[in-house]
Amino acid sequence: MERVAIIGASMTQFGQRDAWVRELLAEAGAAALDDAGIDGDDLDHLYVSNMASGEFEGQTGVPNALAHDLAATPAYTARIDQTSSSGGAGVYAAWQSVASGASDLTMLVGGEKMTHRTTAEATDVIASLTHPVEYKHGVTLPSFAGLTARLYLDEYDAPRESLGKVAVKNHKNGVDNPHAQFQKEVDLDTVLDSPIVADPLRLYDFCPITDGSAALVFCPESVAEEYVSRDQYAVVSGIGGATDTHVVHERADPTTMGGVADSSDIAYEMAGIGPDDVDVAELHDMFTILEFLQSEDLGFFEKGEGWKAVEEGVTDRDGELPINTSGGLKSKGHPLGASGVAQVYEIYKQVTGDAGPRQVEADTGLACNVGGFGNCVTTAILEGSQ
Amino acid sequence: MSEHETTDTGADDQEDSAEPTFEAAEYADGTVTYPPHTVSPNGAERVGTVDLREYAARVVTWTTSTATPPGVREPNTLAIVEFEMGDDYDGPVVRALGQIAECEEGDGETFDVDIGDRVKPVYADELREPGAGIREPESQAWDGFRFRPVQ
Repeated sequence: MERVAIIGASMTQFGQRDAWVRELLAEAGAAALDDAGIDGDDLDHLYVSNMASGEFEGQTGVPNALAHDLAATPAYTARIDQTSSSGGAGVYAAWQSVASGASDLTMLVGGEKMTHRTTAEATDVIASLTHPVEYKHGVTLPSFAGLTARLYLDEYDAPRESLGKVAVKNHKNGVDNPHAQFQKEVDLDTVLDSPIVADPLRLYDFCPITDGSAALVFCPESVAEEYVSRDQYAVVSGIGGATDTHVVHERADPTTMGGVADSSDIAYEMAGIGPDDVDVAELHDMFTILEFLQSEDLGFFEKGEGWKAVEEGVTDRDGELPINTSGGLKSKGHPLGASGVAQVYEIYKQVTGDAGPRQVEADTGLACNVGGFGNCVTTAILEGSQ
Repeated sequence: MSEHETTDTGADDQEDSAEPTFEAAEYADGTVTYPPHTVSPNGAERVGTVDLREYAARVVTWTTSTATPPGVREPNTLAIVEFEMGDDYDGPVVRALGQIAECEEGDGETFDVDIGDRVKPVYADELREPGAGIREPESQAWDGFRFRPVQ
């Protein structure tokens, strides 16, 4: 199996954009091609990570549209939908295409256009991933977060403030990310006094609705230096994907994300490392509680101890294990299909030493992208080439 | 359209027979799941149904959602409850997610619940407005069971 390198990356401004999904994808795609020093017609495969362009704006067939816009025909194209983890699933597909030898040059572009919809409409599009017995009760992804947060705080005797500190940390990190939707700090009182969305969680415990796109270019490591210098590429040293139950209430422990544990086990084994070897991580903080659950199920901290790490500053940018240096979904924004790609973009920047003011000391980084409420998960591990 | 089956308890129990059952699936390996699946978590085939109305339940956790989608009551208090399936049952826990019932039908105020509270299911013929959201109205049932606390 070929070792796979990432040789180019881009992301658009995240936030409320005038552009529609086709334009967002083309913007990120063109920038990534430029970053890797290649043209569209160099690509063998072109993947698009997107959850719901048909539902959001009535535009389907986006991979074909993108291939045409970037003059990438006749590259093989496919759309990767795995709900909120479409981006991570796209990274998996792109890695697989190169590792298998099916493609010598693959680009992945993730994107979503959402902000033209009301919050209620966008929430409903996302909630449509739920089982009929869940959907008919009006359940939303934020309400799953509220249900889980209450149980977590009760079971592990964690203070409500610890969740708020995730939002404070990630907003602080987002200040230095020029692509982030929110580039401003918030204080703990603001978080704790914000309106209730899904009790006990409040507005600042949730990521915003976002437009945006991000892209990555993959090739065999054996030829990476034909495109970029050695310090400009990273290696996908481990990757794993897994699913958990569709129906959330059927999980043995509602505070455990089995897909996170299972996918990371695969990724760690492939990379030949363990959680202690990870220097920086991007986690899927669509809700603050998810950062606790993932940091525990990835093996960074013991079960029920993730909140203490945040309280003690372990996960701060200057802490022992920086988490969400990009600002996370919380601050950077969450354009569904783009998020998993943007997570890997940040890790790529970190392990190649190109993260600017967000730079931390990192040879090995991990990105964990979660779909549904832990229903589908992809974990990717990147290592710098030097 | 209802995903539930009417209880056939005979002419002596007209009131019960009018209310749909709270149908879970039972499998050849003895496990029970709600909702029903094609096979059990271990892959065993379905052999029958269980009416969850016959079992007491306790609140595992709850939330009140204020940002609700089209056609959903606002606010919407939801709970995950766990059924007490008895000492003879040794399969995976049987739980359901559902709305908390209103104190008075139609007044919008729901019962207060907390973790560990005992609840019972109460039937509602429409839990949210079919067709108001993105889901095709004919694709699924919209009736079901809310939960109300019991002493």
